[in-house]
Amino acid sequence: MNRVKRQIAPYLLVLPGGLWLLLFFAIPMVTMLSLSLQQGDVVNGYVFTGHWQTYVDALSNYESQLVRSLIYGVVSTVILIVLAFPVAYWIAFYGGKRKSTYLFLLLLPFFVSFVLRTISWRQILTDDGPVLHPLKALGLLPENVHILGTAPAVIAGLVYNFLPFMVLPVYVALERIDPRVVEAARDLYADPATAFRRVILPLSLPGVFAGVLMTFVPVSSDYVNSAVLGSSSTTMIGQVIQAQYLANSDYPTASALSFVLMAVLLIGVFAYARALGTEDVMKVAAR
Amino acid sequence: MSVPNFPDPSLVRGLTQRRFGRRDLLRLSGLSAAGLTLAACGVKGKGKPSASAAPDAVAKFWAGKTKNGHVDFANWPLYMDPKQPELKRFTAETGITVKYQEVIQEMAPWFAKVQPQLSAGQSIGYDLMVITNGIQFAQFRDSGFLAPLDASKMPNYVKNAAAKYKNELYDPHNVYSVPWTSGITGIAYDPAKVPAISKLADLWDTKYKGKVGMMSDTQELANFGMMALGIDPAKSTSDDWTKAADYLKKQKSDGIVRNYYDQSYIDALGKGEVWITQAWSGDVFQKNASDGTNFKFVVPDEGGTLWTDNMTIPITAKNPLDAIELMDFFYRTDNAASLAEYIGYVCPVPDAQAQMRTDADKKTGADKAAILALADSPQVFPAQSVYDKLHYYASFQTAALQQQFQKTFEPIVLS
Repeated sequence: MNRVKRQIAPYLLVLPGGLWLLLFFAIPMVTMLSLSLQQGDVVNGYVFTGHWQTYVDALSNYESQLVRSLIYGVVSTVILIVLAFPVAYWIAFYGGKRKSTYLFLLLLPFFVSFVLRTISWRQILTDDGPVLHPLKALGLLPENVHILGTAPAVIAGLVYNFLPFMVLPVYVALERIDPRVVEAARDLYADPATAFRRVILPLSLPGVFAGVLMTFVPVSSDYVNSAVLGSSSTTMIGQVIQAQYLANSDYPTASALSFVLMAVLLIGVFAYARALGTEDVMKVAAR
Repeated sequence: MSVPNFPDPSLVRGLTQRRFGRRDLLRLSGLSAAGLTLAACGVKGKGKPSASAAPDAVAKFWAGKTKNGHVDFANWPLYMDPKQPELKRFTAETGITVKYQEVIQEMAPWFAKVQPQLSAGQSIGYDLMVITNGIQFAQFRDSGFLAPLDASKMPNYVKNAAAKYKNELYDPHNVYSVPWTSGITGIAYDPAKVPAISKLADLWDTKYKGKVGMMSDTQELANFGMMALGIDPAKSTSDDWTKAADYLKKQKSDGIVRNYYDQSYIDALGKGEVWITQAWSGDVFQKNASDGTNFKFVVPDEGGTLWTDNMTIPITAKNPLDAIELMDFFYRTDNAASLAEYIGYVCPVPDAQAQMRTDADKKTGADKAAILALADSPQVFPAQSVYDKLHYYASFQTAALQQQFQKTFEPIVLS
């Protein structure tokens, strides 16, 4: 009796999570895979025909948007690391008693919906808005200069919206570093720069990896920032998928593009994990 | 400091050890079923019932319907005075309450949004929705999503609507739709930033680089591309579409187009994001009236397009009787006049022109002048000479042609 119980227990333990994955991951994935291989139109219905040509067409039609999304994703993620690391470092090592206050301040903007915040940026940066209008009135900028609708505007929006998702994991990794390890490095005649490079930086990399996971994937597939701050020359793949699903009712193309995007992002993340050494990541994350 | 060795090897072993034919179970439930599953999740369409309803369809739909005292109304923004005087009058006179929501910004997303519910025979939460003639109107009709209307329930419409609005090209004999208003797609511009604009060619002028707005609706966009090349959209062929698409792509690659907009183009004009834009006639009038701006609207020399937005009842509406009463209410001369006085779009009720002059007599000063100007405006009661300048949308013989049209113009907006 006891033995049977012990044998079933692990299955029971994975049951809730397993069901969750089945319902909200596996079934939608199968449905989407099926959709991507169907043909037809929205009035007469879509029928499964195994038409894989959709993938080829979707890729050739929207290759530029896919590449653009990945470039925006990589650029934004790099900027995020550069911005977030010093912030996290400062809070972790010099935050003192006020660490939680600083973290709270970091999260404060999250009490307002990110769509609203993005739209506010649009108001601020608009062509005749509070930033550009005075400069144009003074004759410092020509009349038709604009910030909105350009790639930097979209990337700035992405960085702004995802900054806490990079700061927090890096902070957690840095905060876990035992100060005695750093002391030991100093005792062994490492100057501060070497101690940082040889001790702190390697120990913080799993946090950076987690941060990259939490930002690169959603940033590359984001469509809100580009829709609000961008223009037709900054269209990202997320916008194309959204439009194919929710405007053109072209479900096969939308599903095919979703799969392609997923595959590309997975490859990117795995390549990065490999370069960094996944095992270390797992080990440190488990601590 | 650490929880060593997670995941615990013994736990991993426990989770992965073979016990009761796990592999068989997997094979059965997963792999072999996968093929079946893939094929089984097709998306059902509603086929094409018929362009005109069967004679008994009207009777069949309306049989057994009862009045419930409420209407949920889905409309576009800028299509009614925000104080909703007509709806207040309607509620006062009939006791039927109306919840009016400006939820429609563009036709294609609206169709995509309500299509799944309508396909499943579920209510979309609205009893009345305003649909533009064009691709999606045909999709709504061909999918059987629109209730056939009972003319005997709409005495004002039958009596007051201009003949043209009782037999529309896109809905012969207006079986499924009653016009809300018509409008003209032309050009709006800010005279403070650009000199007077009169031609479509101005939208391709590199002087206005990054300051030109075009519409994201593929039909609106395509029409301007075709008209700029001297092609009549209503008679266009697929070769014409390719030519127009190339011309529009050039406009984009030259950096002239700032963006492709839905209803938000008017906001972009207000913010100075664009100086010249494709625009709908009445919006410009309302923007000027409400924000004190001084934008100008012109029908380009090469022509503009005439479209009609239509009141329709979704087939799954919960309160169709109340909805059709409201539809008819807008065809009473006084209501048609007061609506046109605010929105400044083409009024389908000719008698409203006299009514507007009467309304104007009751006002003084600027209000009076504004209403009189609207009553004489070619954008509200267009003369034949204006109609002659206007083109109609392309109509599609087959679904394949329509898809080809979409595929030709979609990439311009999306890339």
